[in-house]
Formats: sequence, structure tokens, C-alpha cells
Amino acid sequence: MTEVISSARAAGPPGPGAEGAAAGGQALAAPALQIVPLAGIPLVVAALVGLVVALAVNDLWPLEFFHVVGGGLWTGIDLFLGFIIGPVLGRMSIPARVEFSKRFMPKMVLLMPTLVIITLTGGWQLARHVGNLAASSPNHAWIIASFVVVGVMAIVALGILEPANLAVLFELRKPAPNGALIGKLMKRFIYTAGITGAMQVATLFIMTHLAAS
Amino acid sequence: MSAPSVHGAGPTEAPPARALPPVAQVAVLSMALVIAGGIYMGSHLPAKASLGVPIGLLVASGVLVLANVAQLARLREFSWSTFRLVGKWALVAYLVITGLLEYVFVLDGTRGSALVVLTVSLAIFAVDVPVLLAFSVARYQPVEQRR
Repeated sequence: MTEVISSARAAGPPGPGAEGAAAGGQALAAPALQIVPLAGIPLVVAALVGLVVALAVNDLWPLEFFHVVGGGLWTGIDLFLGFIIGPVLGRMSIPARVEFSKRFMPKMVLLMPTLVIITLTGGWQLARHVGNLAASSPNHAWIIASFVVVGVMAIVALGILEPANLAVLFELRKPAPNGALIGKLMKRFIYTAGITGAMQVATLFIMTHLAAS
Repeated sequence: MSAPSVHGAGPTEAPPARALPPVAQVAVLSMALVIAGGIYMGSHLPAKASLGVPIGLLVASGVLVLANVAQLARLREFSWSTFRLVGKWALVAYLVITGLLEYVFVLDGTRGSALVVLTVSLAIFAVDVPVLLAFSVARYQPVEQRR
């Protein structure tokens, strides 16, 4: 992992052509950028160890805790970013957006996959624990619907968004980031915001129905 | 939806067009097939499910993985160091993720051919995502000749 981080640091001062990276008269500096924030890894490990313990113990509360906390954060963060932070950032100056992204996106590289895995594995085990996985359960169809929703979100997140996120981070660590390329990659977040938003709202609908039944 | 927009952060010219094979698209299709198979299996577990559909999807997905390997093997001018760097660490991350999923299935008593199908599906998933991430990053990095 150190290799990823060290290679992700800016090589030095902007070279020839760095002027091209300027936008609105403000040059885009390329300070050291961590693709994967090392400080967050112990927290991820702690969360995963806690998850494994919860799965092994197989009691209702720890499973509920991991599924509800992880799912609530995943859905909330996704909707908040897509419909609140995204539009706000879109109205900010370009250097401000770049600065925000450099500090913000590496954290998402660790946070979102961790939330997704604790939500899904905790949720699977929880559904089994309370009997919702059984074909005879009245909630079975809702569980299948949640699988489909998660499947769509996985394809969008892993197939479209995460590759763009990483490619942008690697571009931002260059002395002279290509703004056109970054803009092109970031359009994916806008194109898929509707799909992800609809899936997250569907998740809220399904999960609250399951919890109430 | 988990990252903000930074449109037009630098120069306004279009990014250079690189004629590269559709590795990312093939990886996404392969991943979608194993996810579809996983949903089918998941909708039948813990009861015994018919394995015809998931095996068909798995075979199709495996063929796509091999097609991607062939496409990558023919690629000469590419940022292979970046590809290896991203692919290596993404593989570690996705082995942890798929390992957790496998653990849950074993814990739940999934055994026999159903477990084999799920395990191979998870293995394909654990390869598809790192290839996709590594290719998507490396394609925008300075090219190197394959040694």
C-alpha cells in the first residue's frame, strides 16, 4: 500500500505546459496526494474485524447494528453527495472544486467499499437470521427486490464510478492535470446520479417495509 | 454518486484519443453476468437451487474474462507499471471483500456444487474489478513499451 501512496505523490513542481492547467487565471498546484489514506486503514480493519465477529456470533443485535449503521450511512452519504454536495460544488470556482476533490475523494476510496461490504454481509446474515431468506417467508419477494437493487448499484458503482474516481485521483496528482479529461470522467457521476438516487430511494422503501413487517 | 464534480479543472482541449481495446466494457459485462448469477443463487438459498442458469452465466462470464486476458496480452503500448500497481492493490482489497462473502456463505451451510458455483463467481468478480480499475487508470497514464 505504501507503494500506491508514494507513487501517488506529485513528482515535483509543475513542468512545461503547467500553464495549461490554469483555470480562470489560477494555476492548479499539485500538492502531495494520497490515493489511499493510510490513517484510515486501521479503522477499516477494525470495522471488518467487528463484522467478522458479528457474523460468527450470529446474534440479532450485532447483525442489525452493522446492517443498519452501514446501510444508513451508505444511502445517506450517496443521496447527500449526489443531490446536495454535488450541485453546490458545481457552482464553486474550479480551483476550489479541485482542492475539495483532492481532500475528499481519497477518503471515499476507503469509506464506501467498507460501508458496502459491512451492509451487504451484515444484511445477508440478518435476513437469514430472521427467516426472510426462506422462500416461504412473506418478505422473500422484498429480499429478492433488494438483491436486484444492490446488483444495479454494484454495476454502476464498480463499473462506472469507482474507475472514474481512481482515474481522476491519478490525474490530479500530475503536475499539470488535464482538466478536460477530469471533466469528462466526472460527467459519469452526473449521468448516473439519477440511477443511483432511484436505487437508494428504492432501498429505503424496501428496507423500511421489511423492518415494519 | 459518491464524488463531486470538478468539471474543467485544467486545459480545455479534449483528452487525447487512444485506440485501446474495450477491456473495461468487457469487464463490466463479465461482472454483470456474475452478479446476475449471484442474484439468482441468492434468491434460492438456503434451499437448493437449480444450477443451470448460474452455471450458464458463469461460463459466459469466464469466457469474457479470458477475452480480456487476450486483449491485454496483445496490448504493447500501455502504462503497464500503473496497471500493475493499481491492479495489485485492488486485487488485495477485492480478495478481502470476496473472502468475507465466501465466509458468510460457508457459515450459512452452503455446500457442494452450489458453493463451487458461488466460489468461482466470487473469484471472477475478484478479478474483474481490479482489471477494470487498473485499466481505467492506466489508460490515461503515459505509455510504456511492454518489456
